[in-house]
Amino acid sequence: MIPDGASVMIGGFMGVGSPHRVIAALVARGARGLTVIGNDAGRPGFGIGALIDAGCVTRCIASHIGLNPSLQKKMIAGEIAVDLIPQGTLAERIRAGGAGLGGVLTPTGVGTVVAEGKQLLNIDGRDYLLEKPMRADVALLHCYEADYYGNLSYRLTARNFNPVIAMAADLVIAEPDEIVPIGLIAPDHVCTPGIIVTHLVERPH
Amino acid sequence: MDAKELIARRVAQELRNNTLVNLGIGLPTMVAAYVPQGMLVAFQSENGIIGFGACPPEGMEDPNLTDAGGGFISALPGAFAFDSATSFALIRGGHLDMTVLGGLQVDAKGKLANWMVPGKMVAGMGGAMDLVAGAKRVIVAMQHAAKGQSKIVPELTLPPTAARTVSLIVTDLAVIEPTPDGLVLLEHAPGVRVHDIVAATAAPLIIPETVPEMRL
Repeated sequence: MIPDGASVMIGGFMGVGSPHRVIAALVARGARGLTVIGNDAGRPGFGIGALIDAGCVTRCIASHIGLNPSLQKKMIAGEIAVDLIPQGTLAERIRAGGAGLGGVLTPTGVGTVVAEGKQLLNIDGRDYLLEKPMRADVALLHCYEADYYGNLSYRLTARNFNPVIAMAADLVIAEPDEIVPIGLIAPDHVCTPGIIVTHLVERPH
Repeated sequence: MDAKELIARRVAQELRNNTLVNLGIGLPTMVAAYVPQGMLVAFQSENGIIGFGACPPEGMEDPNLTDAGGGFISALPGAFAFDSATSFALIRGGHLDMTVLGGLQVDAKGKLANWMVPGKMVAGMGGAMDLVAGAKRVIVAMQHAAKGQSKIVPELTLPPTAARTVSLIVTDLAVIEPTPDGLVLLEHAPGVRVHDIVAATAAPLIIPETVPEMRL
């Protein structure tokens, strides 16, 4: 379902709230040429780090790679291209991509290397950068509960980028800890609506 | 008391009741251990929670509940969990009263560099650029020098984290406030003399008539 060369958004923060079973399946299949978009690069062998170690990734777009020295080495050696984006800007660019917006104006990055090549706009006396929306072919999420309709709920800090990327990809694959009958997740507790989730990963038996 | 504890204790005096505070990874995290008694401070972890507490006892850790460094934490009664877009809306939107961040360099204008050393360390900025751009007060908590070199410099040689001037610099030697006139020496650490601080600081310092000792 995920072709070589695809752009893939992956939920999680240092691997917490990442879809580890789907990541393991991509490693086992020997996926190649992926552009991976996520908060960070996990740790070596863990989270997005597992895809990087297995040679699945040619480009990594993230806010922080400090806890993955093997990616830093591959970046300096020119084996993997890395784009670093401030965390809040990454979240808002993906949100804009999923919300039909033409971009966002943020004060973050003004006066830094992040501003290079970007339009600077002064709104009511304050400078902002125009940051463009971001979408991907595939979003891979982890969630706590899913019902068979695809409604998702999250737990604590495992939520992070998951509901944001769910809105910004054509194929949305969720890996739940539990799958429950429709109706068991209260409408107020559904954080990602099932209608935008295209596939659920079955629980391991 | 070691240098890091001294810095954390002094920074903790900047906390105010009923405020939202974000602590960076490393030394800044230690500030949470020195909240003045009776004061209510809401700590935010940018991976998505306000109102977290210490690491639970062994065996009680929740794999879905960690801080921004990936360490296990607990959720206190009244805690609030949220997604990354909401987290940074809180940070950028004027809701964050204070952030405490580590530093690689601060210059005479009070500009901070803390996210990369070209060709050597490419950690990435994570949330630091948003925190400096968005928080009402930015406090830099760092050792005064690294490898014998002053981290307070006339002009940044490393890429800046933001255009903005930080609010306060707390080191193991001194408390320094960036102002439009320059860096003002506010306090000295116990047992450290003013001329030692001047000698250990590469940027020029403005020395008021009296420079009190840090009260810890």
